[in-house]
Amino acid sequence: MNDWDELYLEVILDHNKNPRNKDELDNFTHEAKGHNPLCGDHISIQLIMDGEEISDVKFTGSGCAISTASASILTEAIKGKNKSEIEQLFGNFHDLVTGSGNKEDLGKLAIFEGVNKYPARVKCATLSWHALMAAIEGKKEASTE
Amino acid sequence: MIDRDIKSDFPTLNQKINGNELVYLDNAATTQKPYAVIEAIDTYYKKTNSNIHRGVHTLSQRATEKYENTRTKVAAFLNSDDEKEIIFVRGATEAINLVANSYVRPLLNPDDEIIISQMEHHANIVPWQIICGEKKAKLKILPMNQDGELLIDNLESMINEKTKFISMNHVSNSLGTVNPIEKIVEIAHKNKIRILVDGAQAVQHIPVNVNEIDADFYCFSGHKLYAPTGIGVLYGKKEILDEMSPYQGGGDMIKSVTFEKTVYNDVPQKFEAGTPNISGAIALGTAIDYILDIGMENIAKHEDELLRYATEEISKIEGIKVIGNAKHKASVLSFVMENVHPHDIGTIMDTQGVAIRAGNHCTQPVMDFYSIPATARASFAIYNDKNDVDKLVSSVKKTMEVFG
Repeated sequence: MNDWDELYLEVILDHNKNPRNKDELDNFTHEAKGHNPLCGDHISIQLIMDGEEISDVKFTGSGCAISTASASILTEAIKGKNKSEIEQLFGNFHDLVTGSGNKEDLGKLAIFEGVNKYPARVKCATLSWHALMAAIEGKKEASTE
Repeated sequence: MIDRDIKSDFPTLNQKINGNELVYLDNAATTQKPYAVIEAIDTYYKKTNSNIHRGVHTLSQRATEKYENTRTKVAAFLNSDDEKEIIFVRGATEAINLVANSYVRPLLNPDDEIIISQMEHHANIVPWQIICGEKKAKLKILPMNQDGELLIDNLESMINEKTKFISMNHVSNSLGTVNPIEKIVEIAHKNKIRILVDGAQAVQHIPVNVNEIDADFYCFSGHKLYAPTGIGVLYGKKEILDEMSPYQGGGDMIKSVTFEKTVYNDVPQKFEAGTPNISGAIALGTAIDYILDIGMENIAKHEDELLRYATEEISKIEGIKVIGNAKHKASVLSFVMENVHPHDIGTIMDTQGVAIRAGNHCTQPVMDFYSIPATARASFAIYNDKNDVDKLVSSVKKTMEVFG
């Protein structure tokens, strides 16, 4: 057992190395960029929204292992969900990584629980989520600042 | 040579972080403080606390004497002939803002130019951008090469009749490059342009002689020199300081005030409005005593050996690239790791008690130059030793294993 094991779980390391849905969408309906000026991380989220529902999502950009894995797992978690479900999910996820929530109902996203012991890394875990929320709301840019 | 145990002078170094002995390698951000400095602050507030330059009572006189005594020490430390050339400020950032506002701004007309370099800290970029924006003047950038060395042969051709000022760092905080500052000052003066040298990363590592450098202004921060935060120094040539307008108005910077007219005080008081950081200044004097007791030549030699050893060992690790390979460097070892973001390096190393900096180090243009988002940076101080470097290297290797 290493001190960092709770943060860098195998699943997170795997999504960092082999991110899912890291690509561009040809016919996206929504797009927003997320930028963390502290570490220079950039994540761009593209969505195809069918009414209120997200029928496809992809991301591009570069960042640390936590932000890359978070973006990758986000794309898997939100597909097929509608706007209000996603708002609820982000709220729960945010609570989890800031240490005030629990992992019930979060499914695979629960693996980011370890982030709550590293306050400096909360922004890494939430960068793609901020970009996602901005995209859904029709904004072009999100910042974690 | 440094032949005694320096680490035991620094209480913060004697602790465990995440179960491991702390290895503090973030000295370019700020240094730890020796007992002597901490005790100087403690003693000041327990025995001397009083306002300066205005009381006839004993405590005020003692506080004034200690505060002014530091000015004399700083002048000697920088080799200035006149302690009136030493102005206390909050730090290097405030010093640069002071010069930008009180000296350069009144000189600027539309289309005038100020020259800085590619490797400046944001503190030596933004104040110039602000006044250039206001006066519709231009900021020109002296480029550097891939090793992180300034192309000073370009400087002469960048200077023209529109050039009003030059500002450059002595030592780069993200690359460690020691710039040929005497040569740069010589070129500036040959063209009758005045220059500020940002010594925030220099004074704690190499002997600095403002007479030899001949810069018109030189500045540094106390907290990177084992002194507290919130105290720093602007050195300026007396004749230039005399002709400048004040930076801030208030008490202590005046000789007389009526609603019709105010007569400003002489330098340095002209630039020290309000009650200053008295305890900080006194503790800065103690910090200077502390490092002069060890000796700047000894410090430079010790840190140079450490930096060479660390660079050699880090470079042996496959997948590591050192950013900043100037021939002449001080203290700073910036590096990137293949496929691993510096923030992940920083986090894993922290779990092993090794404190480094991960980020852009307030030098985004340097990161853009190398097309990287950030670097991991280890920076050395007098209390670091080979054992610290070995721990740095082993924790870098461990990080690579995690992400391998």
